[in-house]
Amino acid sequence: MSEFALETRNQLVGLFGIVERNMYLTKRYFLWDIAFMIWTIANTLTIVFIARAIPGITPAEENTAATALLVGATIWAFLGIIFEFMTETVAWERWEGTIEYTFMAPLSRLVHLFGQGAYAVLYGLIRATILFFAVAAFIGIHMPDANFGAAFGLLALASLSFIGVGIMTSVLPLISPEKGAQLGFVCQGVMLVVSGVYYSVSVMPEWMQWLSKISPATYALRGCRNSIINGTGMVWADVWPLLIIAVLATPIGLAVFKVGERHAKKHGKLKRSG
Amino acid sequence: MSTLATSTIDLASRLDREAPAVDVRDLRKTFRRRDRKAGRFARKRSWPALDDVTFTVARGECVAILGQNGSGKSTLVRLLSTLLIRDGGEARVFGHDVDREASTIRRLVNRVSVEASFFKKMSASENLSYAARFYGMTPRQTRTGVPEILSKVGFPAERRSEAMENLSRGMQQKVALARALLTSPVLLLLDEPTTGLDPRSKLEVQEFIRRVRAEHDATILLCTHDMAEAETLADRIGILDRGRLLFLEPVEDVKRRFGVETLEQAFFAATGREFENDGQDEDDEYREVFA
Repeated sequence: MSEFALETRNQLVGLFGIVERNMYLTKRYFLWDIAFMIWTIANTLTIVFIARAIPGITPAEENTAATALLVGATIWAFLGIIFEFMTETVAWERWEGTIEYTFMAPLSRLVHLFGQGAYAVLYGLIRATILFFAVAAFIGIHMPDANFGAAFGLLALASLSFIGVGIMTSVLPLISPEKGAQLGFVCQGVMLVVSGVYYSVSVMPEWMQWLSKISPATYALRGCRNSIINGTGMVWADVWPLLIIAVLATPIGLAVFKVGERHAKKHGKLKRSG
Repeated sequence: MSTLATSTIDLASRLDREAPAVDVRDLRKTFRRRDRKAGRFARKRSWPALDDVTFTVARGECVAILGQNGSGKSTLVRLLSTLLIRDGGEARVFGHDVDREASTIRRLVNRVSVEASFFKKMSASENLSYAARFYGMTPRQTRTGVPEILSKVGFPAERRSEAMENLSRGMQQKVALARALLTSPVLLLLDEPTTGLDPRSKLEVQEFIRRVRAEHDATILLCTHDMAEAETLADRIGILDRGRLLFLEPVEDVKRRFGVETLEQAFFAATGREFENDGQDEDDEYREVFA
């Protein structure tokens, strides 16, 4: 086997290792996961019930409003999982004390972070699917025209961009061990606010609308709403921005992470806590 | 043991046969920290963790670096593990520069530190499998390799699936040794591997280190503040004091040089101070980060 083939094989085994470790942890924290799922469903219900409280609309309009809110809340939850996994990549390992062993291992940073992102997407999609259908069933939302395949495809495509942005935020706990993780959640919140999570981006001030154009969540939200409410397929106007952001976000995220890693190594911050 | 990971990477091709295992020249690392006595808002000052350290370790040799807390031992280990970037000087492992050829070094080196450091909810087997994947070991390889290495360090088979948080400190340190050896490193960095262990666990770990040396072609750099441990395990002993390496010689040469009978006396003769473990911990530098 050539050196390149051997190295590629080893990196793929390493990627599997990251996914496998997260599966072990999910298994060990399964009851906690159920509790978190119930909390997420309750939280989402508080948002979707707003549709019922809108005065003077027809039942059909109420159904559409509830679906639009549900899509927003589900994508918020999905994005929350991805950002949590990515931002906590460093924080978890620092807390457990394994950070030094992981960062001195011969695993490329891209594979390390992409492995974490891949599991986050897998885990997030499962949770988002359960959340979506549980709330829809509870409220009694009808989706006769829904094109779930297209919505799922768009979300999967958007996930590549989310991982790239997540890699950028995962550097924050390296630079600031104490406050970095919280800053990651700030990034998540800002991204969703400018992307029209529960409303159309047209209601925002113009400068925020400009920001919405570079957020992958804008296209994921718009595309998923159209697919589920109107039954449209994967529309090119939503697909091409997601493709471009996906291609750009990962290398930029990796470059940002490498700068942060170098800073941490220079200042002795690549260190377990406690 | 050596059969476990060698199939995944050709380590031999990455070794410069002529080069020493470790070659460190004028190595410097400085941290900045506040003087805690001067208050929270005091200005930071520079603190040399390593100050022009120079030494070499030959292939297959076991060298002990003795030093009090805060003497620079852990900084040295972190620099050689590619976890820190030096401020000056040079550090090479088997001819490879630790900063510029970090990815090569990572294949050659593994370490055991004073804290066992595992995912506490995961079992010993799961933690070892996770660590092994980074070195290219597939599930098929770890299925046999992990039980094999755990039995070699004397870890009871019936506890392999138990969460790490339920294991004693001594047991955890055995798993840490197994983790380091599972990947067949040619340079093993041991940073106070027996600190905090009960006497029996300490002897078991020391015995295992002796066996690793006897059975495998590994070079060992042992950093410790336990003089007896250094004396029994190492070919040469160095004393690192406030970031400066005072000497690195066979223990008998050290005693002869200072005309003393013990290493404690040698330390006193070299520094004018008692060897007590009351120095400021290097980790204080890091802890400040979390303050």
